[in-house]
Amino acid sequence: MSVIPEGWEAVIGIETHVELQTRSKMFCGCRVDFGDDPNTAVCPVCLALPGALPVANEAAIDGIVRIGTALDCTINERSLFYRKNYFYPDLPKNYQISQYTYPVCEHGRIVVDVDGEPTVIGITRVHMEEDTGKSLHMGEGGRIQDADHTLLDFNRAGVPLVEIVTEPDIRTPDQARAYGAELQRIVRTLGVSDARLEEGSMRFDANISVRRTGTSELGTRTEIKNVNSLRSMQRAIAFEIERQIEVLATGGTVIQETRHWNETTGRTTAMRSKEESEDYRYFQEPDLLPLFIDEQWRDRVKASMPELPAQLRARLVAAGADERTAGLLADSPLLAGLFDAAVRAGAEAKTVASWLTGEVVAYARRVGTTVDELSLTAEHLVELAAMVAEGELSATAAKQVLAGVLAGEGGPRQVAETMDLLQISDSGAIEAVVADVLGEHPDALEKIRSGDSKPIGFLVGQVMRATGGKADPKMVQEIIRRSAGR
Amino acid sequence: MARRWGSIPPMPVEIDIAKVAALARIALSDEELAAYGAQLGVILEHAERVQALPTDDVEPTSHPLPLVNAFRPDEVRPSLDRDDVLAQAPDAVDGYFRVPQILDGP
Ligand SMILES: [Zn+2]
Repeated sequence: MSVIPEGWEAVIGIETHVELQTRSKMFCGCRVDFGDDPNTAVCPVCLALPGALPVANEAAIDGIVRIGTALDCTINERSLFYRKNYFYPDLPKNYQISQYTYPVCEHGRIVVDVDGEPTVIGITRVHMEEDTGKSLHMGEGGRIQDADHTLLDFNRAGVPLVEIVTEPDIRTPDQARAYGAELQRIVRTLGVSDARLEEGSMRFDANISVRRTGTSELGTRTEIKNVNSLRSMQRAIAFEIERQIEVLATGGTVIQETRHWNETTGRTTAMRSKEESEDYRYFQEPDLLPLFIDEQWRDRVKASMPELPAQLRARLVAAGADERTAGLLADSPLLAGLFDAAVRAGAEAKTVASWLTGEVVAYARRVGTTVDELSLTAEHLVELAAMVAEGELSATAAKQVLAGVLAGEGGPRQVAETMDLLQISDSGAIEAVVADVLGEHPDALEKIRSGDSKPIGFLVGQVMRATGGKADPKMVQEIIRRSAGR
Repeated sequence: MARRWGSIPPMPVEIDIAKVAALARIALSDEELAAYGAQLGVILEHAERVQALPTDDVEPTSHPLPLVNAFRPDEVRPSLDRDDVLAQAPDAVDGYFRVPQILDGP
């Protein structure tokens, strides 16, 4: 990733749209189902047929209150719906029901960690609105500019949509990506949305400007659209920062405009600018009553909050995982749960964490499944960790055993026995083999006695061979040294 | 910034009727622009008179009914039949509404 050149600073704010996974739409009873045939989940309300009236979905309001609570927002007791007026074919009413002044949530924050440096990103507001329909631009290449006509599917029109707006607190593409990832984790943990970027149930727009370090005035900003992965957001922002600095450094001016990210070329390009400036003529939606979210409602949501990703990571670190591993574990509720249970049952935290984020994840990837599909249990991990701690398995053998367990060959002891990987942990048995080996190599023993430690390696090798590799080499070495009086 | 619940951002007294018409995608002749401009001016004047009233002791309202939270449970209701829906449209193909080329985004 590009680094911002010395003497410059970027100022970035992000707007995120999240589709809530309710059963029915925001203002009508049409089902929310994106696998449906086009225009099969539509009704007079979401098609804006004359006389149809919207009624708000209580579950969606509860969803936004949950998001706002998780983002440390003030939940406004009273909030209002507004009409945002504009004309576009995917918007049947010619206005979108949204919020303007008095959004449901304001003044929140997310803390993101980039390279061990925590940054607080303020959340300006979180408001409730409805999604638009989907447009399919038909013609050569599917590009909007070349299309000769457009097909419309209104199944998505009216799906509950939550918009989350940050303060311009973000300074680097890495922070932007970390913010997006953390927001996605939070939304998923809350269970209000699957927040899939590639499918559009979570969408990012980034506002970017640059300025000379040490100045406080904001530069002219551009807005980037069409980033559909965290990586593209990071790349698009990096490109745009570089582009703006280049423009300013060569005496040009940045034009306030919307720019489209092109994943293939790795560049942003200006979208056609509009003839008239944006004027959405917001006014209060007369068809909907004000929202009143009282203390009881707010408290109920607060009490039902699940453990949020940041809390989970902190707990995993407290249990003995390092920050990076805790982050990896926290991304999978299943792995985090296994770690938790195994460590609570006495397994060594670092060992278990390394298996889960290493062998287990790699195994799932190799066989083309998700970790959730694996039949690994916390009991397996506890047993395996105990076998390593007792010296019955070497670290390398433990990984082989783990692979066998993951492949469904049985529990750790059973797999270890079948694969003949159990170490001789009985020091008496090893001492006997060491004595035999030393008896066969008196010259080597003599050298060690006289202070030459070179033959130790050779002798350890002989003992390992005699035990079929099942002795703990460290223990063997100790016994040889002891026998030689060194 | 302290905001009063229900307070409305100030309205412009002057109104650019041609701009309003363009935003609403309504084509007006010069005569109509003049006529509607005058009519809207009367409405704005009225609103101004109302705004001049002393309302410091009046709790602002955002809706004529003293109600909040008219909700619907999150239940799926039947949608319309697609053929019926598309039959109302000027143009449709393969289950989609079809519209002419779109030049510009929102
Ligand atoms: Zn509907």
